[in-house]
Amino acid sequence: MHQTFVLITILAYLLSLGCYVGFLYTGRELTGRLASLLLFLGLAAHYLALLYRARANHTVPYHDLQGSMSLFGWLLAVTYLCLEIYHRQRTVGAFVMPLILAFFSVSYFVPDHSGTPAQAHGVVFALHVTLSILAYAAFALSCVLSLMYLAEASLLRSRKLGEVVWRLPPLELLERMSHTSVLVGLLTITVGTALGFVAVDRMTGQYWYYDPKYVWTLLVLVLYLVYFQLARSTAWRGARASRLCVFNFVLVVLSFTVVNLYFSPHHRYF
Amino acid sequence: MEIVLVGLNFRTAPLEVRERVAFSLEQAQRAAEVLRTNGILEETLVLSTCNRSEVYGVHPLAHRESAGALSIFLSDFHAVRPDMLNPSLYHHYDHDAVRHLFRVSAGLESMLLGEAEILGQVREAYLQAQQQHATGPVLNRLFQAALEVGKRVRAETELGTRPMGVASAGMKLAERIFGKLAERSALVLGAGTISEQVVSQLRDRKIRTLYLMNRSRDKAEELAKQCDGKVMEWGNWDAALKLPDVVVSAVGTQEMVLSKAMLEKAMAARGNRALFLMDLGVPRNIDPAAAQIYNAYLYTIDDLTEIVQQNRNARQSEVPKAEALVEEHVGKFISWQSSVELIGVLDSLRDRLRQRRSTFLAEKMAGMNHLGAEDHERIASMMDELIEKIMIEPAERMRSEKQLRRKIQNLEALRDLYLSDREKL
Repeated sequence: MHQTFVLITILAYLLSLGCYVGFLYTGRELTGRLASLLLFLGLAAHYLALLYRARANHTVPYHDLQGSMSLFGWLLAVTYLCLEIYHRQRTVGAFVMPLILAFFSVSYFVPDHSGTPAQAHGVVFALHVTLSILAYAAFALSCVLSLMYLAEASLLRSRKLGEVVWRLPPLELLERMSHTSVLVGLLTITVGTALGFVAVDRMTGQYWYYDPKYVWTLLVLVLYLVYFQLARSTAWRGARASRLCVFNFVLVVLSFTVVNLYFSPHHRYF
Repeated sequence: MEIVLVGLNFRTAPLEVRERVAFSLEQAQRAAEVLRTNGILEETLVLSTCNRSEVYGVHPLAHRESAGALSIFLSDFHAVRPDMLNPSLYHHYDHDAVRHLFRVSAGLESMLLGEAEILGQVREAYLQAQQQHATGPVLNRLFQAALEVGKRVRAETELGTRPMGVASAGMKLAERIFGKLAERSALVLGAGTISEQVVSQLRDRKIRTLYLMNRSRDKAEELAKQCDGKVMEWGNWDAALKLPDVVVSAVGTQEMVLSKAMLEKAMAARGNRALFLMDLGVPRNIDPAAAQIYNAYLYTIDDLTEIVQQNRNARQSEVPKAEALVEEHVGKFISWQSSVELIGVLDSLRDRLRQRRSTFLAEKMAGMNHLGAEDHERIASMMDELIEKIMIEPAERMRSEKQLRRKIQNLEALRDLYLSDREKL
C-alpha cells in the first residue's frame, strides 16, 4: 500500500510540475488550475504514503533521514499551496515543484533506518519537530522566491527580457510572498523551539543543556528577524534583502546537514 | 451557399475609401434594417471599425447574387461611386466567410497583429445586431463561435500577450515591477503626442494619481483636463519626484531634464521604493547613469523599441498556432452546419417517445391479466416499430433540407414542441 501511494505521489507531483511549467509558458488558466489540483492530489497521496510507512514501521516519519526528507517535502508543498492560494499566484509553482519532487524522490534513495526502534517522546516533542521542519520548509520557499526576485530584477535591469519574464510575478509580489513565507517560518520556528525546551524538560527534568544546534537555531532566528526588518528599510528593500534571505537559507541548510550530523548530539534529521 | 460577407479593410482600401464606407452605430442599425426589409438578407450583422467595414449576412436563396446586391447597397448607402468602391471590396461565401470572421476575431486580420480590441468590437457588433433582432440562428452560432475562437487564441497563444507599442511596452514593464498600476501614481513630463499616448495607456490601467509637468503649463493643464491629472510646477523636482512610482519623460529638449543626483535624492526621499523610469525623449531626457541607482529601472526609447521589435517577431511566430485554432473551429462550424445536431435531437426524441410508450403500456396493461409476459413484449416491440416508422419521414425531410436556416428552424421547432428544457441542452 505504501509503495502505491509513493508512486501516485510521484506521478501527481510530476504531472503538477508539467502543468505549472505549461502555465508559465502559456498562461492558460485551466492548466494552472489543473496544476494546483494535481499538487493537492499529490499532497493527499504523500500524506498517506507517510502515514502507511509510519504505521508499518511503528515509528514517526522524522525518525530517520528518509522520513524527515519526505516530511520536509510534504510541508514544503503544503506551505507553497497555502501561499499560492493566499497570494493568488501560480507562476511560482514551476520553480518550487522541482524542489518538492527532489526531496520526495531523493528520500527514497537514502538508507532506510525506520526499522530501528523509536523512542516515544510524546506529543510536545512531535509538535516541536513538525513545526521546526515546517519552518525550514517556509524558509526554503522564501529562498526560492528571493532567487526568482534576483533573477527577474537582474533581467529587468539588464534589459535582456527573455520569453519567461512576461509571465513571472511582479517583483513587489515576489517580495510580499517572501515576507509571508519568512513570517510563517519565524512563527513556527519560535513556537517549535519553545516546545523543544518543554520536551527536553519532560524527558530529562531540565530546561537547558548545551547543544550547538540551539546556538545555530538562534542565529537563524535572529538573521531572519533581521531580514524581516531590513526588507522594509530604505537601504535594504529589494535585491539586498533578497540576497540576505538566500544567505540565511544557506545557514538553514548548514543547520540541517553539518550541524545535525557533526555537532549536535540530540538532533539528527531535523 | 448561405453565409455571405462583403467588405473592405486596410489591406484592400485606402483610408479615404475606408472612412467613407465606415458605419456609425446608427448607420449600422439602419443598414441591417434596410437589408432585411428589402429581402437582400435574412440575417445581417455590420462590423465596422477604423480598419474595416464588413457586412455579414445569410441570404434567402441559395445563389451568389446577394453579394452583388450587397455591393450595390454599400455603394448607394454611403453614396460612393461603384467604380471607386468595387475594386476595394472582397466577397466571401460560406466556409471562406466563416474562416475570414474567425481570423478577424483572432486578430490575424488586424493591422497590429493580435490586437485585443478587435474581439471587443466583434462582441459589441454582435450584441447590437442581436438586440436589434437582425441576427438569427446562423449568425448567432457563427458569431458565438467567432468570439470563442478569439478568446482561445488569446488564451492559448502568445499572439496577444506581448505589447506592440513603445508606450504599452513601457507600461507592461512597469507592471513587471509593481503588478497592477491601479494603486500607483505616475508623473509624465511633457505634453506632446507621445505624452498623450502614455497618458492614455496609464488611464487604461486606471492609475490612481497622475501628475503632469510641462514647461508650458497651459498645455499640461489641457492634457490634465482630458485625463483627470494634476499639474505640477515645472522645476519643482524635489516635491514631484518623491511621489510617483512611474516617471515618463517625453520632453523635446537638448539638455538633460533629470540628472542622476536629482533621482538619487528622490529615491532617498521615497525610502528607496522601486522607481520605474521611461525616457522617451530624443535626445535623452534622463541621465543614463541613473540606471545604476539602486531599485531604479531605466528604459530609453531604444530599449523599448527593441522590446517591441522582439515582441513583433514573437507574435509572428505564433501565427501558425493561431491559424491552427482558427481551422479547428472552421472545421467544427462546418460539421455543425452539415449535421446541425440533427442526430442528437432525433435520439432524444426517440428516447422520449419510448419512455412515454413504457408508461402508457404499464398503465393500460395493468388490468389485462389475461395477457402473458410474451404478449407484453410483443406489443412493446410493435409500438417501437411504429415509433420508428413515424420518425423516419420527418427525419429524412430534415436531413435532406438544403437550406441551413430552414434546417435550424425545423430543428428548433422540434425541440420546442417535443423536448424538455434539459433535453434541449
